[in-house]
Amino acid sequence: MTREDCELAAQICASRAGLLVDPDKTYFLESRLAPVARREGFNSIDDMMGDLKLKRDDRLAWAIVEALAAGETAFYRDRKPFQQFETEILPTLARLRGLEPIRIWSAACGSGQEIYSLAMSVADLRADLPETKVELFASDLSERALEKAQSGLYTQFEVQRGLPIRKLVAHFEKSEEMWVLSPRIRQMVRWRRVNLIADLNTNGRFDVIFCRYVLSGMTPQMRPRLLENLARALTPDGFLVLGEGESITGVSEAFQPVAGRPGLFARNPAHRAAA
Amino acid sequence: MKTCLVVDDSRVIRKVARRILEDLGFEIAEASDGMEALAWCRAAMPDAILLDWNMPVMNGIEFLRHLRSEPGGAKPTVVFCTVENDLEHIREALAAGANEYIMKPFDGDIIASKLVEVGLA
Repeated sequence: MTREDCELAAQICASRAGLLVDPDKTYFLESRLAPVARREGFNSIDDMMGDLKLKRDDRLAWAIVEALAAGETAFYRDRKPFQQFETEILPTLARLRGLEPIRIWSAACGSGQEIYSLAMSVADLRADLPETKVELFASDLSERALEKAQSGLYTQFEVQRGLPIRKLVAHFEKSEEMWVLSPRIRQMVRWRRVNLIADLNTNGRFDVIFCRYVLSGMTPQMRPRLLENLARALTPDGFLVLGEGESITGVSEAFQPVAGRPGLFARNPAHRAAA
Repeated sequence: MKTCLVVDDSRVIRKVARRILEDLGFEIAEASDGMEALAWCRAAMPDAILLDWNMPVMNGIEFLRHLRSEPGGAKPTVVFCTVENDLEHIREALAAGANEYIMKPFDGDIIASKLVEVGLA
């Protein structure tokens, strides 16, 4: 790819999704964009970028953004946030909400491992919380990621990263060489395409938002906007879960860290813009 | 230092597993079948056992059943590591007292993730 095309790709990602892409990482850009070019019927990435400059095709621009946005994910990634969810967040909210449903959102769900981990946890805690209603929502920028996530199909490699063997036995069936999540778990989740820096038009607020490793992958200009949007989507007593090491210091006043719980944030009651 | 007994009839697999486990801070012993592994365990119970299924002389599942009935045999954390990748085998392994289960092929990430799962890394 030419320097100019790398910069164009980075600029498209920044303006449409607030996504931070380093135009110097030519290898990364090429390895992600080559499949897009093939799929869209171009002979090369150069041809695709040339066509994009000429026609400014919106759909093609989004295909490029989606390909560059995809991050790594694993079942129960980092473990700790899920233990916190099972032992503290869910029981606390269950007490507070009573018969009202608890609404949980995996923002930027990728291929679905995060929301399905939460769904399996909820299903496995069912006996302890018989009255509690939980509604699970997942969104991603990428239609392709959503499609893969909804299929509930994972490779043997994917089901061995972070997933305890007892959860595999309890919730998956083998299908040829793939593993498929049980319909019972899949049906717990509702899916939607969402651009987190657009005007969020979510139906109602969420009690827990998992939005991990999104903030750190965004351009500094768009980070405050992401946090403002998430604050507006969170109930006043809800929790935001960010990725390990992701900091809001100096980015936005919309949230404050929960003391002694790294990665966990609550809304800042003094912050008016989010109200 | 925690000890791990690697039980596999393939010398290549034992070598690969040894490297990964040594990097994770384990001291390694090796056995090439279940009988040899039992002899090791009777001499000194390891903290962890990485266990193949299909082996000559005594296979992994027979070894595990023997181990769990030995004095002190409940203590080691047993992680199967085998090409057997269907639910029946996995259920059988768990019922016999396995703590975790790795389906080959594996890499360092999978072994590390499984050891975290059982509280050993």
